[in-house]
Amino acid sequence: MTLTLEELQHIARIERDRQEGFQHRIKICVAAGCLSCQSGTLKEAMQKEVSRRGMENWVDVKGVGCLGLCTAGPLLFVEPEGILYQGVKFSDVGPIIEALGTGPVGALQCSTDVPFFTKQHKVVLENCGRIDPERIEDYIAEEGYEALYNALRNMTPKEVIEEVTKGGLRGRGGAGYPTGLKWTTVSKAINDTKYVICNADEGDPGAFMDRSVLESDPHRVLEGMAIAAYAVGANQGFVYVRAEYPLAVKRLRTAIAQAERLGVLGNGIFNTRFRFDVRVRLGAGAFVCGEETALIASIEGRLGKPRPRPPYPAEYGLWGYPTLINNVETFANVPPIIRKGGGWFAGIGTEKSKGTKVFALAGRVSHTGLIEVPMGTILREIVFDIGGGIPDGGKFKAVQTGGPSGGCIPEQYLDMPVDYESLAKVGSIMGSGGMIIMDQSSCMVDVAKFFMEFCMSESCGKCVPCRVGTTQIYNLLCKITSGAAHPSDLDKIEELCDLVKNTALCGLGQTAPNPVMSTLQYFRDEYAAHIEDKYCPANTCKMQLAKEVV
Amino acid sequence: MMQTVAETSQSPESSTKQSEDRRWRLVNRTMRLNGNQPDALIETLHAVQESFGYIDLDAMEYVAHELKVPLSRVYAVATFYHYFTLKPPGEHTCVVCLGTACYIGGSAAILESIHEHLGIGSGETTADGKVSLLTARCLGSCGLAPAAVFDGEVSGKLNPQVVVEKIGRWTNHDSDA
Repeated sequence: MTLTLEELQHIARIERDRQEGFQHRIKICVAAGCLSCQSGTLKEAMQKEVSRRGMENWVDVKGVGCLGLCTAGPLLFVEPEGILYQGVKFSDVGPIIEALGTGPVGALQCSTDVPFFTKQHKVVLENCGRIDPERIEDYIAEEGYEALYNALRNMTPKEVIEEVTKGGLRGRGGAGYPTGLKWTTVSKAINDTKYVICNADEGDPGAFMDRSVLESDPHRVLEGMAIAAYAVGANQGFVYVRAEYPLAVKRLRTAIAQAERLGVLGNGIFNTRFRFDVRVRLGAGAFVCGEETALIASIEGRLGKPRPRPPYPAEYGLWGYPTLINNVETFANVPPIIRKGGGWFAGIGTEKSKGTKVFALAGRVSHTGLIEVPMGTILREIVFDIGGGIPDGGKFKAVQTGGPSGGCIPEQYLDMPVDYESLAKVGSIMGSGGMIIMDQSSCMVDVAKFFMEFCMSESCGKCVPCRVGTTQIYNLLCKITSGAAHPSDLDKIEELCDLVKNTALCGLGQTAPNPVMSTLQYFRDEYAAHIEDKYCPANTCKMQLAKEVV
Repeated sequence: MMQTVAETSQSPESSTKQSEDRRWRLVNRTMRLNGNQPDALIETLHAVQESFGYIDLDAMEYVAHELKVPLSRVYAVATFYHYFTLKPPGEHTCVVCLGTACYIGGSAAILESIHEHLGIGSGETTADGKVSLLTARCLGSCGLAPAAVFDGEVSGKLNPQVVVEKIGRWTNHDSDA
C-alpha cells in the first residue's frame, strides 16, 4: 500500500477534528521519569474516573512524552486551558476532573510562566508532551511525515543534502561534525548497498535526551532516518538502542510497525521507487559501543571494539558497505529543517553552532529535567534561570558537561555561551548533552576519580594506552583521595593524561583524561589539600590519619 | 569458568529437546527471525537472558551450534557486554544506579548501607538466594537521583534508610513465611 499526500493530510485532518471534538484534553506524562512516580497507573485511574462519570465523549485522557520538569513528576497538562499540574496523586484525580472548565486546582498548579518554560526554544522536543508516542496519527496531525513526502516527491537527494548543509546542522552526539558534510561523503560513495544507522546508545551517565526523544516522539527519528536514507541512497536502517531503555525500545518498535502498516516505511514510499526498512538492534551495556566503529561491530554481532579510522564508516562501515551514522537528536532535527528550510534553522543559534540543543539538567539544581535552548545560550541562564539555581542554599561549584569525555566548568566561566567552540575552549565538550551541576558538597578529586573509574571499567582493552593508562590514573587518584599521595604524583597524573589523550585508539580513550585535566586546571587547590594537608575540603573522601601515611 | 567448561561440555545439546521447553521457543524464534545468521548473536543472547534470567554454558553451546559461531566467540560476547550475566539472579533484584547525577546524590552511601545490611557487594547474591545486588551505569532517571530499580520498578529520590527498608521487606517477609 502506498500513501498519497491527500491521504496523509486526510489522516491529519481526522485526527485534528477528533482532538478538537473534546472539550478538555488531559495529557499525562508517561516518559520514564514520571512513570517511575506511577504516572502509568495514574493515567489508568484518570481514564476510569472519566468514564465512570460518563465524560469520555468530551474529555480525552492520553499519555504523552516528556513534559520536561522531571523533578516535579508526575506531571499532567490540561488543554485547551493550558494548566500544568505537578506532583499529582491518586487522590487528586477527582478534584482535577471536577475543576475542568471552572479553573485550576490551585495547590497542584505549576506555573508555566517561569524561566524554566519561557526561556526554552523547542525544535527537537516540539512534540514531546503534546502527542501520544504510541499513535502515528498524533504525529501526522502535527505535520508528521510531510517533510518526508516533500523530500521524496519535490526534491532530489542532492537538494535534501544542500538544505541540511544550509541549515548548518552539526552532529548532536558530541563531536559536532557537520551533518551535511557527512551525508555528502556517504552519498558520493559508489555502492548499491548503503546503510543508515541511528546511534541511540546513550551511554553517558547523566544524559537522557535520546531516551526522552525516543520515548516521546519516535516517529520523528524514523522520519529523519528515512530522509537521510533517501539523501545518501540507502535502503536499510538500524537503530542501535540501549537494552537498558526498555520503554524506548518498545515505543520504537511500535512506531516502526505503525509506519510500515501505513506505508511511510517499506517499499515504494509515497508512490516513489524509494524503499526503506528500519530494524532495531539492542545494545548490551557497553559504553564503548557509542563509538561508531565499535557500534558497527556490535550490530554485526561481534565484540564492541573500535578499529582505527580511516577508513571511516562513510566509506567502509556495516559489513563493509558505506554507512551513515548519526545520533538520535541529529535525526530528530532533520524533519523540521526540510519542512521549514535550512535558512530557518540557520537563524537559530550562533555563527558556528546552529539550531538548538537539548540538555539533561541534573545534579544539585532545583529544576532537574529536560530542556532545549538555542545554541549560544549563556551557561548562567541555563543553571540559574532555567535550572532555578542550587537548592538548599548551596553554592555553585562547577558544571560537568559531556559525561566521562567532558570536563568540569568552574564558576568563572558561567557567563560563557554554550556552543561547541566555547566548551572546547574551556577544556570540556558539548557531548551528548548531559549537564550535571555540582555544589560545595562535591569533591572534585572524587568526581575525577568517579569518571576515571568509569572509563577504566568501560575500556574495551584493545589498546594499551587506554587499558593500562586509565587504570594507572585511577590508582593515582585513589592514592590522593585516601591521603596517601605524594606531590610528585600530580606530575605523574599529568604525564599519563597527556599520553593517553594522544595515543589511545578511539574517542573513549582520547577523551578519558578530560575530567581529570579540567579539574586539575580549575581545582588544583583541592588536589593540593588532599596531598599536602590530607584534608578533603568537601568532606567526601575518607582520609587516613596523617600519622598512618608513610 | 574454564573448569565448568570442561565439566559440562560432554552434555550434548539437542535442538528438538530444547524446543519442547516454552522458554526456548523465544530463543529459537529470535534466531529464525534473523535468518540464523552469526550477526544475530547478541539478539539471541538477549532472548536467552530474557527467558532464563541468565546465560549458562548449556545455552551458550546451543546458540553457538545453531548460529554456527565458535563457542569461544559466544563466551567472549556474553562476558564482554555488561548487560549479560552468567549467574542466576536471586529471587529479588535491586539495581542501584551509579550514574553521575546519582553519584552526586549519594548512591555510594546507598550501596554501602546495603553491603552493611546484607553483606553483599555489586554483582553478588545473598547466600539464601533471596536478593541480588546490581549496579547500573545510568538508568536515565537523573531527574530523580539517586535512583534504583527494585524488581523492575524504578524508584527515585532515595536515601540509604529507604533502600534498606525496601530490601528488608523482601527478606523479612520471606522469613515470616
